[in-house]
Amino acid sequence: MDGRTGFAAAIWYGWLMLGEGLAKGLWVTARNFIGSYLSEERLVTVQYPEERRSLPEATRSFPFLVYDGDDPVTGLRCVACKICEAECPPQCIYIVKDKVKKPDATGKLQNQPLIFDIDISVCMSCQICVEVCPFDAIKMDVAYEWSTLDRFEGLLLHKEQLSKPNSYYHKIHPAEAAEVDARLAAARARAAAKSSGSSARPVGVGAATPGSAAARPGAATE
Amino acid sequence: MLESLPLVLKDLLQRAVMTFLPGWAESWVSALISAGAIVAIFGLLFGIVTVLERKGLARMQNRYGPNRVGIPLTSIRMAGFGQFLADGIKALTKEDLVPSRADRVVHFLAPVVMVIPAVLALAVIPFGRSHVAVELEAGLLFFFAVGSATELAVFMAGWSSRNKYSLLGAMRAIAQMLSYEVPLVLAVVPVVMAAGSLSLVRMVEAQAAAGSGWMGWYVATPWGLVGFILFLAAALAEANRSPFDLPEGESEIVAGYFIEYSGFKFALFFLGEYLGLFAALSLAVTLFLGGWLPPAAALAWLPSWFWFFLKLLLLIGLAIWIRGSWPRLRVDQLMGLAWKFMLPLTLTNLVGFVLWWHVPSGWLRWIVCGGLVWITYFGLAHSLLASRGWAPRHYRLVE
Repeated sequence: MDGRTGFAAAIWYGWLMLGEGLAKGLWVTARNFIGSYLSEERLVTVQYPEERRSLPEATRSFPFLVYDGDDPVTGLRCVACKICEAECPPQCIYIVKDKVKKPDATGKLQNQPLIFDIDISVCMSCQICVEVCPFDAIKMDVAYEWSTLDRFEGLLLHKEQLSKPNSYYHKIHPAEAAEVDARLAAARARAAAKSSGSSARPVGVGAATPGSAAARPGAATE
Repeated sequence: MLESLPLVLKDLLQRAVMTFLPGWAESWVSALISAGAIVAIFGLLFGIVTVLERKGLARMQNRYGPNRVGIPLTSIRMAGFGQFLADGIKALTKEDLVPSRADRVVHFLAPVVMVIPAVLALAVIPFGRSHVAVELEAGLLFFFAVGSATELAVFMAGWSSRNKYSLLGAMRAIAQMLSYEVPLVLAVVPVVMAAGSLSLVRMVEAQAAAGSGWMGWYVATPWGLVGFILFLAAALAEANRSPFDLPEGESEIVAGYFIEYSGFKFALFFLGEYLGLFAALSLAVTLFLGGWLPPAAALAWLPSWFWFFLKLLLLIGLAIWIRGSWPRLRVDQLMGLAWKFMLPLTLTNLVGFVLWWHVPSGWLRWIVCGGLVWITYFGLAHSLLASRGWAPRHYRLVE
């Protein structure tokens, strides 16, 4: 830059650039205005109901319950331990234990929930229930179109609505689900080794691709 | 045929109504039909311009803008131009909240007082060759007299709401409107002197006589061009339009003087503001852009009112463009612009106008009159800039 300062600089640059900022502003908006009609790439918005942006891997909305196999009752991983109910900050989970027990993935008899309700109008999507669950039974869903005419019953999800298969979990969070499956398979293998000779068999059907899971441990960032 | 279409329609309607009314009511019916036509046409224009504005601003920000609402129960979207009807229905069905400690009467009257002056001001504008609702000899004076009543409405709204932001917005609005009234009026004085009349109809005729086509328009002279730009800036400030929308100042005083208004009263304020803008821009068209005159004699086959509304829409488009481009001024900058910059320029423009008649015609006139304003412009701008002690910034780490 040359050595003009103070008043001289104000005169010199002012003389050349007076009102230039205004013209620049008009030029930018004019270019956007014309350009947005000429090229679709400029438009940053998505025409929502017709087209949707693909969700990132880490998307989460509300929790759901995972079940293995085809039967949402016998395959449900939840053992009604009520840890999530106790930890839930807004207290949106309500669990009642069933008196009848059912065998879990390793064949051991476990409790099961008779009632498992989540009020998603209260839920704040904090994912703490997922963090504290020792059985990998509760995971975060990605569904977000929950608008309903009945804000009480329509947003109170029961066990039947919450139970979703492991294949669904694989679909929405592939890397995370593979990692969970590997961990569960390892647990089953340990249980089987402990009771070696006995006929312990894995129940999990949508399970165990340990090779791929080991190749990318904790690959949730993909 | 097209030229006299509005007059023919009015005549038919008036005759139809007069079949069952006594003879003395004729002048009342005629006046009411004219008033109804202005309210209907500018009301519709208001609706369309709100959609155009939202779409235009959206495109300047690389968005689509409203493009959904069309004909209900069908999949016809009309590119979103049904939006203003949906907005109107929404405003009508919303709850009308009045603050419990507000002055209820004044609070109710303010939106009405806001709309009426704008409609009254539109009554004296000639929209076509013989399309003027009220042909006043002092139409321009009437326009400014009525137009300044908007300030009353703004202050009524701000005062009666009993809300600090309302009052702040109203006080800003009063200061702004009073300040910009001065350059607004001074900017049109050369036109009054050139036309030798205060009648808006006469001003358009004077521009038709001054030269062929657009050459005769006052904007095609140095004093007219400067006057037009100054008038446009002052008109945007009078109408509280961006970049002079301090009375609303969303980021500072939430919504300014109409913060406590909801439902249809809010819509009336919105309508009043836009009608005020239309009135001011209509006056700009009439005074500087030749009113309803076509830009060339060869284009005279199009009706005169078409040319008027085309020019008006172009100016509205300019206002939208400016709104999408320039940031809002600060209060002191606003006042400084009016009193230190625009007022001296309008006065210089008056001198330039006088010189225009005393310098022999030709390119010398342009140099003398234009040069005078040019020198004043740069002199003012530089002395104001220098008084602030600003210089171009040098960023050590960037270079």
